[in-house]
Amino acid sequence: MDYRTPLARAKGLGSAKSGTGHWWMQRVTAVALVPLSFWLIKFLGLSLTAPYQQTVDWLASPVNTICIIAWIIAVFYHAALGLQVVIEDYVAAEGVKIISIWAANLAFLFLAMTALLAVFRVVSIG
Amino acid sequence: MAIHTNRPTSPHLQVYRLPLTGIISITHRMTGMMLSAGLILFVYIVSALAGGGVAYDNMQTLMSHWLLKLIGWGFIYALFFHLCHGVRHLIWDTGHSFDADTLNRYAIIELAASLVLTLMTFVWGYYGL
Repeated sequence: MDYRTPLARAKGLGSAKSGTGHWWMQRVTAVALVPLSFWLIKFLGLSLTAPYQQTVDWLASPVNTICIIAWIIAVFYHAALGLQVVIEDYVAAEGVKIISIWAANLAFLFLAMTALLAVFRVVSIG
Repeated sequence: MAIHTNRPTSPHLQVYRLPLTGIISITHRMTGMMLSAGLILFVYIVSALAGGGVAYDNMQTLMSHWLLKLIGWGFIYALFFHLCHGVRHLIWDTGHSFDADTLNRYAIIELAASLVLTLMTFVWGYYGL
């Protein structure tokens, strides 16, 4: 018995392979981000209003460092997974779709590394 | 290829008035994309902090521009909206609350919750952290 649609059979691309893992990690990062958002709000509040040394001291304290690092990893992972779904839904041309997903993933990886480097630099100052 | 016109079609977006649940659904996706773009601002802010006192002060001056303040508060609201509707997606994933009454009730609740959370953040930020 073949449950695939005639179009899927004609294209012969097989299954979506790692679809379950994608879906699952979207949920895992979502759950993690619910409490971690508190640290982002606190960090933004300090960065936009507080004097330099106060923000450095706050970010350099261990619990805050860990939570911001966890937030950075979870949020960029979550954003990359989410943007991939949006691209897959709205970009029909196969080539453009794959290149767009690569570009989005690389951009988020680059941004995440930049953010992590910045946090490590602050910790070495504070 | 012949087009079979008697097939059922999906609602035509330009003439079909989306119900509240539909509006919230597409807003979830749009806020997700806006938040992704907003991450660039976060990277800028944390990098300025790592750059030292002068870079930090310059960042605060730039971010106090009314347009960037507006974007900042837009980001906070989008964050809470995405968070509230995200929680509902997690509830849906457990297989619960799919009936029409609950869908509409939760839609109102999450809209109110995201506004209240944004207001709380504003008050919290305004009267000191």
